[in-house]
Amino acid sequence: MAKALVFIDNPGATLKKSSLELLTIARSLGEAVVAFNGELHDDVAAALGAQGASALYRPSATDLDDYLVAPKAAYLAAAVAASGARTVLLENTADGKEIAARLGVKLNAGVITDVVGVDADGTAHKSVLAGSYTTTAKARTAVAVLTVKPNSVDVEAPAAASTPEAVTIDIPADATANAARVTGRAEKPASGRPELTEARIVVAGGRGVDGDFGPLEELADALGGALGASRAATDAGWIGHDYQVGQTGKTVSPQLYISAGISGAIQQKAGMQTSKVIVAINKDAESPIFEIADFGIIGDLFKVVPQATEEIKKRKG
Amino acid sequence: MKIVVLVKHVPDAQFDRHLTGPGNTTDRDESILSELDEYALEAALQLSEARGGAKAGNEVIALSMGPAGAVNAVKKSLQIGASSGAHLSDDALAGSDAAATSLALAAAIRYLGADSPVDLVLTGMASTDGETSLVPAQLAERLGLPQVTFASSLEVNGERVVARRDGDAHADTVEATLPALVSVTDQINEPRYPNFKGILAAKKKKITALTLADIGVDAAHVGAAGSLTAVETAEARPPRTAGTIITDEGDAGIKLVEFLAAQKLL
Repeated sequence: MAKALVFIDNPGATLKKSSLELLTIARSLGEAVVAFNGELHDDVAAALGAQGASALYRPSATDLDDYLVAPKAAYLAAAVAASGARTVLLENTADGKEIAARLGVKLNAGVITDVVGVDADGTAHKSVLAGSYTTTAKARTAVAVLTVKPNSVDVEAPAAASTPEAVTIDIPADATANAARVTGRAEKPASGRPELTEARIVVAGGRGVDGDFGPLEELADALGGALGASRAATDAGWIGHDYQVGQTGKTVSPQLYISAGISGAIQQKAGMQTSKVIVAINKDAESPIFEIADFGIIGDLFKVVPQATEEIKKRKG
Repeated sequence: MKIVVLVKHVPDAQFDRHLTGPGNTTDRDESILSELDEYALEAALQLSEARGGAKAGNEVIALSMGPAGAVNAVKKSLQIGASSGAHLSDDALAGSDAAATSLALAAAIRYLGADSPVDLVLTGMASTDGETSLVPAQLAERLGLPQVTFASSLEVNGERVVARRDGDAHADTVEATLPALVSVTDQINEPRYPNFKGILAAKKKKITALTLADIGVDAAHVGAAGSLTAVETAEARPPRTAGTIITDEGDAGIKLVEFLAAQKLL
């Protein structure tokens, strides 16, 4: 059976949902194997077995995080060679895409990014040109490298657990030779809210919030959603760039996107127009956001949003 | 310092964009210099100016790969301030994916470095059409250069490159030595606009036309034939249509929640 290799970079204390999604896709393509980097907790190792992984690859070196991308691609190239995997699955993050990029060159393998679905024959589905087209693409090579967006599949439990074989992969001696070094790392404080690209609900604010994201934070928390922002809001310094939704920020596709005080310029639409349901609140009836909103409210967000938050709390008791 | 900046001619996102033809390639009518490449060009110009500019022997070469019209991205870059340009164009390049594009661009960069070495290759964080962000990393891999990507700040002190790379969970300081490849985000600077003087000066600047034969690349390794991926189908998504729009009469917050409840989103 063809093998599909899932890369999990620093799995942490418990397997993330995005990793479980990649493992679900891997099993749909054949035999799932895992290559990880960083520390592997016993619980995670057990969970990977429960997920049906037949082999568990670890790098011989522990310093891959000290370099940017390059040696991780070298590690994965060696893991693909050792496993004979025909498909490599990575997260669709900046790191994931760049590791995939270099791996593609090393293996002469086709790379497809921003994947939202994979058929059993390896055909990848994606959405391009700011969500205006859906396409299918396929690697024409012996090995395919795919970076998959979160929430692309429903996590499934495998038919049978396995006891994965543990294999250590030797990192090529020259893997770090021309690699940029990570010399400093500042952890960012966790918000306690869901990750923006993975959230089921996103509440986003723009110029109209005028520096005060307070009411939107309360609505996001009442809905259990993530907070987002337009570029106007991040450029004004009201909120971090990490929250930016749009062409140069994050692309989100949640069940519900609530846009407050955002005009809806093309760059903003590019990041959110594949959302299932769009709600827009804006004072200006001419805002382009209303052209794509399923439910639009012409009004003051500082009145509408707190009233909605209050009503949600009341209903949820 | 000799800097090559990659500039791409992309369909203007202000208009409807389309995929056409048997290979589902991008329709390039109504194209402009990719907005994200302006940040790379600005970063290059600032590095050059800090070292005395063109008078002190610094070079900023704007390199574009694409059909005839792509020369406009090079011309715009010259107007903004690049010192010279290069346009790689060849019918055999049509339909190139990231792998084929990076292969051709790597060869073009080597060609531009044949007389004197290139110190820095600068790119944007992604193209605004393909949006894959693959090409910078693939170029670094092909050219054997340190990869310093998604830089939201950049300093070059002597041979030392120091950049900030923002991730979701952490912000990293990344260091490398020249020669290097750097991609920059839209957070790094505020790109300048071409002024009248720049537009006039651009007319005298040199644009080198390059073909695959010039850079020594076999046509079989690029274009649709040499690409490692193929776009098999493309379907235009039906445009979203506006739904219910109401004007707040003091109870819009309640109506919003009623809408969410009806959609089973609570």
